[in-house]
Amino acid sequence: MRNVSFVRSEMLAEQTPPLTSIGVIGWARENLFNGWFNSILTVISLYIVYSFLSFLIPWVLTPTWKATSLNECREINTALTGHHSGACWGVITERWPQFIFGFYDRSILWRPILVFVLFLATIAPILFERVPRKLFLLGPVFPFLAVWLLWGGSIWSPVFSFLGLVLGYLVWRSLKERVNAVILLLSSIGVPIIWWMFLTEPASGLLAEIIPYEIQILPSRDFGGLLLSLTIGLTAIFCSLPIGIFLALGRQSDLLIVKVLCVWFIEFIRGVPLITLLFVASTLLNIFMPPGTNFDIIMRVVIMVTLFSSAYMAEVVRGGLAGLDSGQYEAANALGFSYWKAQRLIIMPQALKISIPGIVSNFIGVLKDTTLVSVIGLFDPIGLTTVVLADMRWNGVYWELNVFVALCFFVFCFSMSRYSMYLERKLRKEN
Amino acid sequence: MAKLSTEKLARAEMLSSNEDAIAISEMNKWFGSFHVLRDINLSVKRGERIVVAGPSGSGKSTLIRCVNRLEEHQSGKIVVDGTELTSDLKNIDKVRSEVGMVFQHFNLFPHLTILENCTLAPLWVRKTPKKEADEIAMGFLEKVKIPEQADKYPGQLSGGQQQRVAIARSLCMRPRIMLFDEPTSALDPEMIKEVLDTMIELADDGMTMIVVSHEMGFARQVADRVIFMDEGQIVEQNEPEEFFNNPQSERTKLFLSQILGH
Repeated sequence: MRNVSFVRSEMLAEQTPPLTSIGVIGWARENLFNGWFNSILTVISLYIVYSFLSFLIPWVLTPTWKATSLNECREINTALTGHHSGACWGVITERWPQFIFGFYDRSILWRPILVFVLFLATIAPILFERVPRKLFLLGPVFPFLAVWLLWGGSIWSPVFSFLGLVLGYLVWRSLKERVNAVILLLSSIGVPIIWWMFLTEPASGLLAEIIPYEIQILPSRDFGGLLLSLTIGLTAIFCSLPIGIFLALGRQSDLLIVKVLCVWFIEFIRGVPLITLLFVASTLLNIFMPPGTNFDIIMRVVIMVTLFSSAYMAEVVRGGLAGLDSGQYEAANALGFSYWKAQRLIIMPQALKISIPGIVSNFIGVLKDTTLVSVIGLFDPIGLTTVVLADMRWNGVYWELNVFVALCFFVFCFSMSRYSMYLERKLRKEN
Repeated sequence: MAKLSTEKLARAEMLSSNEDAIAISEMNKWFGSFHVLRDINLSVKRGERIVVAGPSGSGKSTLIRCVNRLEEHQSGKIVVDGTELTSDLKNIDKVRSEVGMVFQHFNLFPHLTILENCTLAPLWVRKTPKKEADEIAMGFLEKVKIPEQADKYPGQLSGGQQQRVAIARSLCMRPRIMLFDEPTSALDPEMIKEVLDTMIELADDGMTMIVVSHEMGFARQVADRVIFMDEGQIVEQNEPEEFFNNPQSERTKLFLSQILGH
């Protein structure tokens, strides 16, 4: 029999690896010059990187900031460096207010700025736990305040619109214990809608005559730039999440009609390009409206973008719902939870957590898709680039304009993306 | 031995004088065209402990899931605590508030702490004030011997601990009847005992229990009656002693020889 027993008598000391396998040289040998084929590839790649940088670096390093036309910019650049490859940021220095606010009256820019600050204050308590909870009270007021500040007009229309919300809440509270969930939902949504459609305007008109107080009105065609994109994008984002949740639930419902309606809606919207919906909003919708109605173009676009995004949101949320174990529903039922309570307390918190990456991707997509409104003649940042390029002085500054627009969107999209990662990390800690 | 049987006799007498907690008569259920439960007749006295055994696919789980309407039966009658289960949502709510259920895979809510798992239903379904709900929950967590885990999340607990939390969660709703759907089947062997001990303690408190289980030791020790099901029917039911020592039907004999044979 072979002897297989073995006992180590002394332990080996740790040794340093051979020099050629560590450090810069080792790394380069391993990754860049590993055989003649890889060496050639490395040299070619280096050349491509070099030619790209040789264009980019002067563009970044020798910019001009103050030129008032493309020609002037090139002259300054040539005088300075002997060639004219530097960036002409003069166009941005001159036009950036337009890219942010569009044609909004320059004397009242404090209004959109205030709205943006209020917006940040409103979402802060939703985003971060350490923010004072009292800021939640801004939530219901903000939409009405924002519309009033942005478009202007009589103080009474936002006040009375807000009263509609209060009315809905009162209906909900008084009926809560008495009727079933569907009637409760319908009546507490229906009553405010009736209020808004038939009573808000006459009532606020009446009060405006008695106690007139109004701020300067701004027509929707003055909206533009980032202001327009954010107005459309953020409204669509915040409306489409709840609508998407209800659509996802409807799609899984046992009630046949609800289910069929939701499936058709989702499949129809997802089957149609956003541009067609925007064209419907900008032109066709007027044909169906009774003559004389003035249905605001931004409002129409917001509705279309919201519908579009909520269909996608519904599918993302449905994915989250499908990821849940059916045992969760059974446990909720066995403990006596009603459908809505189970959804709110048990199912949705888990389903939404699973869908966070998808939901945020969708948010980012919506914000970027708002640039499509340039096709129907609204001046979002992309639409404004054509305006600027039409100016003889600036004809040809594609790079600077597009880089600037890209940067504007990048700030918002990247923060959303980082926030989603932060949220995922935070929620993962919990379990 | 003689003492034991007089004790049992007394218990049987006491049970027979009790009213029915559950009465199932001529109940049938189909999944599509598959006849899962066939002509089930079963009455359970208040305080009675019943173990349901049988090969997989025999319909035992479906049977107890019909008792709290997680599954709908298509014909026959199920009366729980005097309330008949129909499509009337009020009745279903009433029955569910009387009947607690423990699942094979625990089904704790992973996004809530142990304490929140236990207080969620009392708070939102029963409208118990927060402080009282917390006290009740801590009481039951002590009963199942894991009060120190109250602030952890389900994912941080072992299977046995999770199942004990699930039992405590059900008890917080103060049910009069408890259903156990293979409570130990998903557990590692060394954790089965802690869950069974909790269930035995519950039985000693006089809880009405229906337990679907393959734990024959538990059945011998605790059950007043063992029910054997096969192919959607009740094939045999008897006192545990008789059931294990003197099975009548061929099917039961075969089943017992398979699970006790090694």
